[in-house]
Amino acid sequence: MNNYKKIASTLGSAALTLALFGNVQAADPVKVGLLLPYTGTYAALGEAITNGMKMAIEQQGGQLGGRAVEYVSVDSEANPGKAVPNMQKLVDGAKVDVVVGPVHSGVGMGAVKVARDSGVPLIIPNAGFNAATGPLCAPNIFRTSFTSWQTAYPMGQVAADKGYKNIVTVAWRYGFGTESVEGFKEGFEKAGGTVSKEIYVPFPDVEFQSQLTEIAALKPDAVFVFFAGGGAAKFVQDYAAAGLQGKIPLLGSGFLTEGTLAAQGQAAEGVLTTLHYADSLDTEQNRSFRDAYRQQFGKEADIYAVQGFDTGLLLAQSLQQVAGNTEDRNAWIAAMSQAHIASPRGDWSFSKAHNPVQNVYLREVRDGANQVASIAATALADPAPGCKLQ
Amino acid sequence: MDFSTVLIQTMNGLQYGLLLFLIASGLTLIFGIMQIINLAHGALYMVGAYLAFWLTALTGNLFLAILLGLPLAALLGVLIERFLMQALYRRDHLDQVLMTFGMILVIDSLRSIAWGNDVHSVAIPALLEGSIQLTETLEYPVYRLFISAVCGLIALAMYGVLQRTRLGIVIRGGASNREMVQGLGINIRVIYSLVFAAGTALTAFAGMIAAPVSSVYPGMGNQILIIAFVVVVIGGLGSIRGAFLAALLVGLTATWGAVLVPEYAGMAIYLLMAVVLLFKPRGLFA
Repeated sequence: MNNYKKIASTLGSAALTLALFGNVQAADPVKVGLLLPYTGTYAALGEAITNGMKMAIEQQGGQLGGRAVEYVSVDSEANPGKAVPNMQKLVDGAKVDVVVGPVHSGVGMGAVKVARDSGVPLIIPNAGFNAATGPLCAPNIFRTSFTSWQTAYPMGQVAADKGYKNIVTVAWRYGFGTESVEGFKEGFEKAGGTVSKEIYVPFPDVEFQSQLTEIAALKPDAVFVFFAGGGAAKFVQDYAAAGLQGKIPLLGSGFLTEGTLAAQGQAAEGVLTTLHYADSLDTEQNRSFRDAYRQQFGKEADIYAVQGFDTGLLLAQSLQQVAGNTEDRNAWIAAMSQAHIASPRGDWSFSKAHNPVQNVYLREVRDGANQVASIAATALADPAPGCKLQ
Repeated sequence: MDFSTVLIQTMNGLQYGLLLFLIASGLTLIFGIMQIINLAHGALYMVGAYLAFWLTALTGNLFLAILLGLPLAALLGVLIERFLMQALYRRDHLDQVLMTFGMILVIDSLRSIAWGNDVHSVAIPALLEGSIQLTETLEYPVYRLFISAVCGLIALAMYGVLQRTRLGIVIRGGASNREMVQGLGINIRVIYSLVFAAGTALTAFAGMIAAPVSSVYPGMGNQILIIAFVVVVIGGLGSIRGAFLAALLVGLTATWGAVLVPEYAGMAIYLLMAVVLLFKPRGLFA
């Protein structure tokens, strides 16, 4: 009898606990995992993405689909070797509802693998490796940034329109570099030009003298390059110091002049790049975004802040639509793939492969800023070869 | 490839090599004399570059910045030696590696707090701003030639101090037999402090003088650290003469590797190291 009572009361309290727990869960915060670099070479990018995303969510009332938000951040260190364990820390350890990250494409490979295995929604706010929305695409993987191809392909037509026939390319020999060169080459050759030489530099070497000497000897009509960050700052300066600025036009994927213009100074004047954003875009969305960002963080927004901002908009919009229900992943994923993002870069929506269909702008560096010269490609979708979603 | 291109590429290689020597010299000094494996060497190189950026912004002149920055770097070296390294002299290399690896992380975080994560540049002093016309399309910046000259002078000065002065004898003595030098009544601790401070100052100086051509950015020291170790290992641990020769060899190999076998340019200097170690397992001048 006594025993029976004990069991009954245990069962009762268990039921009560369950009921309480159920109630708590409805009001539980949405757990957003951040797999971004907060130290090392890409720390500034991780910071800008986080800032932009949080700002977007705060502007939407600080809640996602009526639930509070809890951020769980893991420093990716932009270290591909730690990508899988770091991702597992978020997915299996912290049991996050969605992962936002990463910046680095090498880390992206690991993140995509875990996302495909576990089914957790992954929103990539930067890493542009083609495969994530190509052969490795999956219903639960979204990208709010770009593919390497998108940022380089339109430059091919631009270069041909300028009358250049013979171009030499220089890039770091790693995924992003080779994919950018291939994208450019595809566009340029389709428009009738020839890439007479592809020069690759080991990543992340920043000693360019021998390559510059080679360019000076080859005397092409123009040079297309892919470098980013410190390497971009140094290449553009070395190019000018070698006396090539103004003699052989310098073209690049937009990352050549993002976040590096202050360091490049005069050396960057006249450099032409293509990218899905420019600081100087003259739209209402962009102006109010930049003002708000400046006010909140005391510095100028950049492309990474925009991509973070759009990630925040995507989360807010899709969770609004499913009333904060993160348990029904299929409904949530469907809501995300239908999203229309009113972005500072211009409105965009997802392709079937879950990469933005977006404008790519031709920008020219004038007076130390990336000025929009024209739209190099309107509503450009990545062809996403190998993706089974389309 | 015409003759002028060959000459220019060779000059590129020598110029790169001289800069590598300056970076590696501090490492080989600390390594050779104190037997400390200083993984934080690259981080100190970065500190030098950031000091140059910060002090140039304050004073408006790179040379003034270097004059102010050098004592700061040396002081940093003294502090690191006194409070972090002294405990490690009697421990094995693994403990030193752990400590100096930890220093990379700490220095990088401090850098992030103090100077942020942006890419910066340092203006070339007006005096050295020009460039020399080499071919119809190619110019060579005077500042790069200036760096080469400074690196060469420093190599000579180091050689002179270590081989021709009383201090040099004591330092070399301390390297080969610590107890004996102490037995002769010389305070080896002071010598070690001095060497570590000098090594740190040299590294930071390399970062400062290279700042106008290398740009200033987070993580700039990591790549340099690996190449600096390659130079030190090829040259023979602790040999200044070896480091000098090895730096020129590595500079030429990297440059000509990029020209002749661009697909394998990243491997070229490691192949060089492997070949040297095959025939001279202790490096060129050990």
